[in-house]
Amino acid sequence: MLNKDVFGLIYASEDNYNLRELVIERSVAALPIGGRYRAIDFTLSNMVESGIKNVGVITLKNYKSLMDHLGSGKEWDLARKNNGLLVMPPYDTTASKGIYQGMCDAVYSKIDYLRRASQDYCLLSGSYTIYSTDYSRMFEEHIKKNADITIMYSTEEKKTDEAIYDDVRLYTDEDGRVTDIEYESKLSRSNKLGMDVYLMNKTLLETLVRNACARGKYDFVTDVLIPNINKLKICAVPHKGYVGRLTSLNDYFNINMDMLKKDVQRDLFAAGHPVYTKIKDEPPVKYKENASVENSILGDGCTVDGSVENCVIFRGVSVGRGAKLRNCIIMQECTIAEGCELTNVIIDKFSEIKHDIRLMGAPGFPVVIRKGAII
Amino acid sequence: MIRNKKRCVAMILAGGQGSRLGVLTKYRAKPAVPFGGKYRIIDFTLSNCTNSGIDTVGVLTQYEPLELNSYIGSGAAWDLDSVTGGTFVLPPYMAKDSGRWYSGTADAIRQNVFFIDLYDPDYVLVLSGDHVYQMDYNKMIRAHREKGADVTIAVLKVPLSEAHRFGVMMTDGEGRVTEFAEKPKEPKSDLASMGIYVFSWKKLKEYLKKDAEDENSDNDFGKNVLPAMLSGGEKLYAYRFSGYWKDVGTIESLWEANMELLDSRGVNLWDKDLKVYARNPNKPPHYVGFGAEVRNSMIAEGCNVYGKVEHSVLFPGVTVKEGACVRDSVIMQDAVIEENSTVIKTIIDEDTKILEGARVGGDGEITVLGANVTVEAGAVIPEGGRTEPKSTVKKG
Repeated sequence: MLNKDVFGLIYASEDNYNLRELVIERSVAALPIGGRYRAIDFTLSNMVESGIKNVGVITLKNYKSLMDHLGSGKEWDLARKNNGLLVMPPYDTTASKGIYQGMCDAVYSKIDYLRRASQDYCLLSGSYTIYSTDYSRMFEEHIKKNADITIMYSTEEKKTDEAIYDDVRLYTDEDGRVTDIEYESKLSRSNKLGMDVYLMNKTLLETLVRNACARGKYDFVTDVLIPNINKLKICAVPHKGYVGRLTSLNDYFNINMDMLKKDVQRDLFAAGHPVYTKIKDEPPVKYKENASVENSILGDGCTVDGSVENCVIFRGVSVGRGAKLRNCIIMQECTIAEGCELTNVIIDKFSEIKHDIRLMGAPGFPVVIRKGAII
Repeated sequence: MIRNKKRCVAMILAGGQGSRLGVLTKYRAKPAVPFGGKYRIIDFTLSNCTNSGIDTVGVLTQYEPLELNSYIGSGAAWDLDSVTGGTFVLPPYMAKDSGRWYSGTADAIRQNVFFIDLYDPDYVLVLSGDHVYQMDYNKMIRAHREKGADVTIAVLKVPLSEAHRFGVMMTDGEGRVTEFAEKPKEPKSDLASMGIYVFSWKKLKEYLKKDAEDENSDNDFGKNVLPAMLSGGEKLYAYRFSGYWKDVGTIESLWEANMELLDSRGVNLWDKDLKVYARNPNKPPHYVGFGAEVRNSMIAEGCNVYGKVEHSVLFPGVTVKEGACVRDSVIMQDAVIEENSTVIKTIIDEDTKILEGARVGGDGEITVLGANVTVEAGAVIPEGGRTEPKSTVKKG
C-alpha cells in the first residue's frame, strides 16, 4: 500500500481541440466514457486501488462539470479526515495569474499543496489515458533502481498522423533507463509510448517545475524531461494491459467501442479492481417488448424499446420504439424518439432526437451532436 | 438530554423473520431480501423517509441482523447520515437488571423510548421494513396534525375477500376510525391497515406504558395498542393511500411484485420525486453480447448476457451464457446461468450457479434456489422445488 509514501497529483486541465465539440464545454478529464464513467475515473480509481489516499486534482477550464462529478471524493473513498481528495481550481497568486500554459506552471502554482503533503513521492498524472493498473510495482521499481523519475509506458506502434497529439516515445537501455525521448515525432522508431504518468520525489518535482517556469518554459516533456535526460536517472516501466488515449475524436469513438470487447472489459474492470464513479441511483435498465440489443453496453436507468447494435449507451437514456441504433455512443439522459435511425453517431448529454430522424456518420467520421441539442 | 428537537422520528420495524420466504430468509432478515434488480425491500421505506424530509430513523432489528446491519451501515446510501439526526440500528440489548428480545412490535418501540426521547419529537412514524411502496409521509403527518389526531393509520382499499389478512377498520365521514379489528375472520370493511402509523409521541408513550403493564398483551400495535387507544376514546384517523403497495412476505407475492415491475404495474422506479435509493455495487455497465435476446426484462449493472432473457429481473453481476434461457425469473446478484441451461419461473438467490444444460423450474409453481447453490451440469430441479442455501444439486 502506497498511502504513506505516495500522493497523487492529477493534471486535469487538458484541452484538446482534436476532440472538437466534445470538449467545448468540458475538460478532457470530464469526458463521459464507457457508459457510466468520466475519463478521470480511471486514473483516480487506479490511484485509490493502489492505496494512495491523498490526491490533488488541478483544474483549469470549465471545471464545474469536474467538481460536480468529483464532489467530496466520497465515491472514490477519498472523503477522509486525513488526506483525501482536493480539487484545486486556478487562483491568482503573485507567482501565477491562474491561467496555466502547461503542466509546469500548473503544478508550480499549487506548490504549497506539494509541500504540505505528508508523503515524499508524487505520482503526477494526466487525465486522458484510460487503463487499469496498480502503481505499487512502479513504486517498487522506482526505489529499487534508485531512479529520479519513473515513467510508465505501453507498447504501441505509431498510428496515423492524426493520433500524434502528445505522443511521447521512449528509448531505453537494457536496465530500463530512458536514453532518449521523442515528442510528437512522425519518424520515431520506438514502440514505447509514454502514458502521461510520472513518479518522483516531490522536492525534485518542485525544483524542476520552478526552474522551468523561471525560464518561461511550461511543458513537462519538452521543457523538463528532455533537457534533463542525461542529468537525471529517468527510468521506464512497462504496462501490459489495455491503454486508451483520448487524443482525437476518432480515438474517443474507438476507445468506447473497445469497451464492447471481452478482453478489454476483463482488463479494465477486473474483479477486485473496481472503477469508481459518481453514483446516480438509477434503476436497472428496462427492456421493453420491441427491444433487440446486441454487442452493446448500457448504463443503469435506460429504457430500450428499439434495436441497439454495437453501441455504448450511458445512464438514463431512452430509446423509443422501433428506433435503430448502430455504432453509436449516446451519453447520459438523451432521448431517442420512435423510429429514429442512427449510425456512427456520438450524441452528447441531455440531447433529444425527435421521431423518425435519420443521422448517418461514416466509419472514422462519426456525426457529433452537441450537448443539449434538440433535433 | 435532548440532542436536537425533531418534529418527527421514524422507527422502522425490521426484525421480522419472514419465515414464509423460506430459503431466502434462512440467513437474512426479510427487509434485507433483494428485490427489483438492485434493491432490498427496506430500501423503499428508507428512501421514503429521505424523500419525506425525515432525517432521524431508528431501525429495529432482531432476526439474522448481520446482512441487514451491514447493508444499512451509516445510512449514507439513502442520504440518512445527517449530522443532527442519522440512521440508528437498534437491536435488543441487555440492561442493568433486565434484557430481553422484542416480544412484539409495540414492545420494540417501548424498549427504545429513551432513544426517541433524545429527539423530543412531536410525532413518531412507525413503519414496517417489509413493504414495497413509494409514499410521501409528510402528507400523512400534515393530515394527522390538521385533524388533531392521536394516531393516523395509512389505509388501502383491498378486495373484501383479502381483507382478513389485514387490520381492518370502519370510519365515519370524517375518516375517524370507529371500529378496528386485527385480521378478523369476517371483515366488515375493505379498508386495510398498511402498517404505517403516525403517533403523537406523548400519547403513544402513555399507551406503551399501559401495554407493557398488561401481562396478557402480545405487545402488538394492531392487536393491542390500537384497540386500546380506540376504546380509550383517543382520536384514530385513517389516511387513504391509493398508490402501489405490496407486502412481499411470501414467495408468490415477492415473485409477483418483481413481475409487476416488468409489466409497469409495480412501483415506479423512474419517479424523480420519490426516487428509490440503494447501496451501489460499483460494477461496470452491463453487456449484452452477439446473439443475445433480451425482452421485457430489467437488467442491472455488471451483468453479462449472451443467452435469452425474457420477462425476468437480473440483479448486478449476473451472467447468462450462450444458449441459456431465462424466463419469468428473478436472478439475484452474481448468479451464473451457464451454457444451454434453462431457468423458468424461478427465484435464484445470490452467487448460485446453474451449470451447463441444467433445467430449473417450470410454468406451474414458483421454484426457489437459495444462495450459493450449485446445480450441476444436466441436473433437473422440477417446478415448485426449494433448494437450501450452500447445497449442491447433482444430476439424476
